[in-house]
Amino acid sequence: MSNATTTPYQSFLSRHFAVLLIAACLVFIVCLVHLFGSVMVQRVVIEALIRIVIVVGIYIFTGNSGIISFGSVTFMAIAAYATGWQTCCEMLKPITMSGLPSILRDNSYPVYVSALTSVSLAALAAFVVGLILMRLGGLAASISTLAILFILNVSYSNWETVTMGTASMVGLPTYITPWIALGAALIAVVCAWVFQNSARGILLRATRADEVAAAACGVSLYWSRLIAWTLSGAVMGLAGVLTAHFLGTVSINSYFLNLTFLALAMLVVGGMKSLSGAVVGVVVVSTIVDMFRRLEAGVSLGDTTLSLPAGTQELVLAGVMIVILMFRKDGLMGGKEFCLPKRWAAVRSESVTSERNAQ
Amino acid sequence: MQNLIQIIVDAVALGSLYALVSLSIGLVFGVMRLINFAQADYITIGAYALVVPTASVSPALLLGALPFAFMAGGVVVVVVVLALLTERLAFRPMRGSDPATLLVSSFAVSYFLQHLVMLIHSGRPKSVGIGNSLSAAVEFWGIRVPGTQLLTMGVALVMLVAMVFFLKKTPMGIQMRAAAENFQMARLMGVKANRVIATAFAISGIMAAAVSLLLVVQTGTLDIRMGLMPVIFAFFATVIGGMGSLPGAALGGFIVGFVTVGLQAFLPPDLRAFRDAFVFMLVIGFLLFRPQGLIVTSAARERV
Repeated sequence: MSNATTTPYQSFLSRHFAVLLIAACLVFIVCLVHLFGSVMVQRVVIEALIRIVIVVGIYIFTGNSGIISFGSVTFMAIAAYATGWQTCCEMLKPITMSGLPSILRDNSYPVYVSALTSVSLAALAAFVVGLILMRLGGLAASISTLAILFILNVSYSNWETVTMGTASMVGLPTYITPWIALGAALIAVVCAWVFQNSARGILLRATRADEVAAAACGVSLYWSRLIAWTLSGAVMGLAGVLTAHFLGTVSINSYFLNLTFLALAMLVVGGMKSLSGAVVGVVVVSTIVDMFRRLEAGVSLGDTTLSLPAGTQELVLAGVMIVILMFRKDGLMGGKEFCLPKRWAAVRSESVTSERNAQ
Repeated sequence: MQNLIQIIVDAVALGSLYALVSLSIGLVFGVMRLINFAQADYITIGAYALVVPTASVSPALLLGALPFAFMAGGVVVVVVVLALLTERLAFRPMRGSDPATLLVSSFAVSYFLQHLVMLIHSGRPKSVGIGNSLSAAVEFWGIRVPGTQLLTMGVALVMLVAMVFFLKKTPMGIQMRAAAENFQMARLMGVKANRVIATAFAISGIMAAAVSLLLVVQTGTLDIRMGLMPVIFAFFATVIGGMGSLPGAALGGFIVGFVTVGLQAFLPPDLRAFRDAFVFMLVIGFLLFRPQGLIVTSAARERV
């Protein structure tokens, strides 16, 4: 049944409005920064884009399955170290990381090769961990992801000959420009969107809504979760590679509870049940954090410099998160995606009905 | 033989410390399905209450300057008030959320408190000399037991006995057990939800205060993350013992203590550094093969 007001283009637009809007905004911001931004602003934007990759990475699993993951940062660390081993400090490696296999110890690899292999390694690690963990559900799964985070932290902190323990690996090539970060953020967002609208993603969302009912309808909890977990691990790996090559250093303790908390705060504030929520959370929390970081550094009013004591930023962040959890459990977006404004929404509903009728 | 006994003493001492922490986590989980990570910060703040807030590395004593009874009493009061405040302001409005959301919110509260301490006391580790006289070792039949270990075991024993007495013999304790068994039904029978939960928090505060004093006496240092690792281990101990079961929590605490000390003693030297990773793997193993824990309560069974 055709409808005069609906073109295929419009129906595509309305169906994928959220992801198109997010992508357009990101591209627009990076263009602005490219044209007018100072180096400082560029760094802030790169940081925010990397955070989008992180939070979307966690969202792919947590948002779709409803199981809060405290351990996704683990796969960032795995990828960050992997890319560090491949690209960092050729002269120093044999001394500082003598336990590496010689293929890594005595050679360096181009950054794109290392990025690919590192992301694959993170995905593989997630898959292997997931084979075990995804048999669990609910709180038990959350707890075991936390255990994974601790296991990796203990292992890498003490594996002196390979990871340099808790010391930082320095001297990674820093090649992350706003455009590369944008590309990664777009990949992450599109991956998340495609997954959540795929048959697998919808099945997984069904298990989120009601585990028992979904299982009774024949949805395999295990495979749906495992696929999401692996994809999430790959995106986290991407975030790890970006972080490593943005900062130029890798140290295990920057992939631990603080980062986990920040990422979860973003996810909670925006709303962990929708992709739009994940992205909004990053933007809102990054803005708050950045604003208070500046206030802590000091604002000059005439002759006097007013500054907040260091640490206010963290207090405000935790406070915001608690307030959101109390009064708006589903986050700012309330679990909804961005949709077309009302005027076009009529078109949207018609197009949906026409599709239904066509079937 | 002596060596073995020494190891067992170490294990009991560490286990009783973990048991204290895991009991307080288990108690609160029992009545409101909240895994309270802020327990770590109750411990930290209890310890920091001993000193005057300054940026100095060896600060002047505040509560720590008082005679022992007043010092202990003061720390208990501080931590209990803190525990009640977090319950009233942060956790009460979230009552009834699912456990995973509550876990996230307790992370947020913990993060808040940790940075509050950092704001007031600065982030640097500090040294305090309290209970130095206790670190002298006492010798029994050729086995040297550090005084701090004896103290830990003694305190844990007293508190465990007091807990059992409280839970079995007092009206409040019986109400609390009823609430842990089936909160809804207990309320219908006239158990006051607010009072039971607040009492659970207060008791968890008392235990946190005891743990913070024990940690300070043992290590002589203050650190804003000093409560974290004991609480993480104790939390995993409650998982092993059975979430919501108090005997299970205590048992889990001792198991984690024994496993930790045992691994330290018997692992090959180059694997010893990874000791804690093995403990965490044990937890995942438990979650896979016995997710309800060693001691199962009716509350742990999910109903459909």
